[in-house]
Amino acid sequence: MSLRSTTLRRKRIASGLVAGVAVLSLAACTSNDSGGGDDDAADAPTTAAAAGSNDESGDKVVIGFSAPAADHGWMGSITDSAKKEAAKYDDVELKVAEGTNDVNVQISQVETFINDKVDAIVLLPFDGAAMTPIALKAMAAGIPVINVDREFDDPNAARVTVLGDNYGMGVSAGAWVCSEADGNKDAVVAEIAGIDSLPLTQDRSQGFKDALAECGLDVDNRVAADFTVEGGEEAATNLLQAAPKIDFLWNHDDDQGVGVLAAIKNADRDEFEMIGGAGSKNAMDLIKSGDSVLKATVIYPSTQAADGVKLARLLVQGKAMSDLVEVEVPRKVQLYAPVVTADNVDQFIGSAFKS
Amino acid sequence: MSQDSVRVEKAALETAREPNPVLAVLRSSVGRNAGLVVALLLICIVGSITAGSRFADWDNATTILRLAAVTGVVSIGMTFVIIGGGIDLSVGAIVALSSVWCTTVATQELAQDTSWVWMVVVALLVGSACGLVNGLLIAYGGIVPFIMTLAMLASARGLAEIISDKKTQIVNVPGFDDFFDRDVLGIDVQIWLFALVSAAGWVLLNRTTFGRRTVAVGGNPEAARLAGINVKRHTVYLYVLIGFCCGIAALMLVAKTTTGSSTHGTLLELDAIAAVVIGGTLLTGGRGTIVGTVLGVLIFSTITNIFILNNRSFSEQSLFKGAIIVAAVLLQQRLASRSST
Repeated sequence: MSLRSTTLRRKRIASGLVAGVAVLSLAACTSNDSGGGDDDAADAPTTAAAAGSNDESGDKVVIGFSAPAADHGWMGSITDSAKKEAAKYDDVELKVAEGTNDVNVQISQVETFINDKVDAIVLLPFDGAAMTPIALKAMAAGIPVINVDREFDDPNAARVTVLGDNYGMGVSAGAWVCSEADGNKDAVVAEIAGIDSLPLTQDRSQGFKDALAECGLDVDNRVAADFTVEGGEEAATNLLQAAPKIDFLWNHDDDQGVGVLAAIKNADRDEFEMIGGAGSKNAMDLIKSGDSVLKATVIYPSTQAADGVKLARLLVQGKAMSDLVEVEVPRKVQLYAPVVTADNVDQFIGSAFKS
Repeated sequence: MSQDSVRVEKAALETAREPNPVLAVLRSSVGRNAGLVVALLLICIVGSITAGSRFADWDNATTILRLAAVTGVVSIGMTFVIIGGGIDLSVGAIVALSSVWCTTVATQELAQDTSWVWMVVVALLVGSACGLVNGLLIAYGGIVPFIMTLAMLASARGLAEIISDKKTQIVNVPGFDDFFDRDVLGIDVQIWLFALVSAAGWVLLNRTTFGRRTVAVGGNPEAARLAGINVKRHTVYLYVLIGFCCGIAALMLVAKTTTGSSTHGTLLELDAIAAVVIGGTLLTGGRGTIVGTVLGVLIFSTITNIFILNNRSFSEQSLFKGAIIVAAVLLQQRLASRSST
């Protein structure tokens, strides 16, 4: 790739990132300068956010926050980033309920927020459908609910929904495989999914399948893990046993990817290229070093709950997203799922989460 | 140990016991439950100090009881099984399977066409059937309860995943939601169900032949058999009973979440066993009370609530809960060894 096209591509990704992330993280930058330089791109959301009038201290806002147990790096980063974002504002008090995978307990946490009459609730449900009734109750009590990542099954249960693009993630991964396969229709493609019962996993797989179909490929081997290192190791061991030769492997999640890579190393296999998902720090380190099978990963932002916190604050203070014309905070925001490769890893490594 | 020394020790214990009426009261079930009430009160005081009016508040009391309800219903069943000398590790999985089975498209269509009661019937039948399988294989197949229910734990959740295709099944049967999601006399139906099951459990254990047989079977199965009790049949009844309780708990969880899912009730067995154990029921069987179990459940859910109110981590909470279980069991063992010699 020539220097010129590299720069162009980087610029495109950079502006995509700025447009995507800046809007979603409610960058309050009033100027239209989206900081065209490559180096600014990764920092753009923070620098832009720091500049705006929306960030000026306002009425005190108490936000209740509940998410599943931090049993993997991405989920850990969800709560950490939310806390970090809340700490930036002296008008925000974030009440963080401990992460739980027990819907009965998570319901109880939200009930406590309702009893406490918090101003807003940011909720990443363990199971979107199961948490819908209690979210409806909160909304009925006049407390706006910001639904993050795993969607409720009733649109009335949330005032704002912040979502990653799971289908888009699959599409990005599939498109990357297509471009690497470069017309080879016999390429063996394998997939290691996350928790199969979650709609997000089903969406990712569907996107992957659809994108592969564009270039005449399909998924030859598919297994599901559980987002944990242990689960990833087990699933990958089984997969490698079942498929003696693989050309491309998409692993949905970089946390379970640690286990997947361990299994690949154990099996002494290196005949294929692997693409990850979510965008962890160690995955990006590996991509950068270039000496493992991991050549790329698809970003699934672990800062979406932090976006939820910022949105909750704006909502309660009656502010709007100043980069948009609208006078109210939008109903739904969806984040972008870019592919990280050795070419552009430097732009993303700063915002990566630790497994 | 020689017979003499046993006799000496016995005598020593008797002399130690006789002049101390306080210990005698503590050893009785009333005394043990009073101890639990004191523990619960202490926990409530801690809650009031650390969280103030946020804790000591009617809405918060309701929240604690709603949290306790699902675990509580299962724990009542668990009390019977453990008093009867068994254990059931499969309750969480049975709850998941019942919740999934009563929310399948077929069940929901049937419920919509006729009555939502069908969902209730299906959940209770599935729960009881799992209990029946457990009971039959334990009583007549001679499989140790620990192993049998461990197998059921794996299989029931597996079947739940197969039936639901690992998807969350949403309930849209109007009557069902309306019935379970409402207040009666200002109190949530879920809490009423917990109270009702507890009351029924108390009557069954303390005022019926079934209850006395359960204690006999758990205390000494051979003696119970010689006394003319059909121990095997009774064991089957006990597991059907806990399966039935799981069916009720599944319905409560389905109503609370308006979903059935193969992930419902994960690790519920541990919460239930822990509540029963700190409630004073002997894991070896033969002794236990419903009141103790209810207090055990309330102690745990109140602790969870206080941790939630104070934004403390579940890791600390787990550590604390573990310590409570050990303390409760140590105390029980001391009391039991004194009264049994």
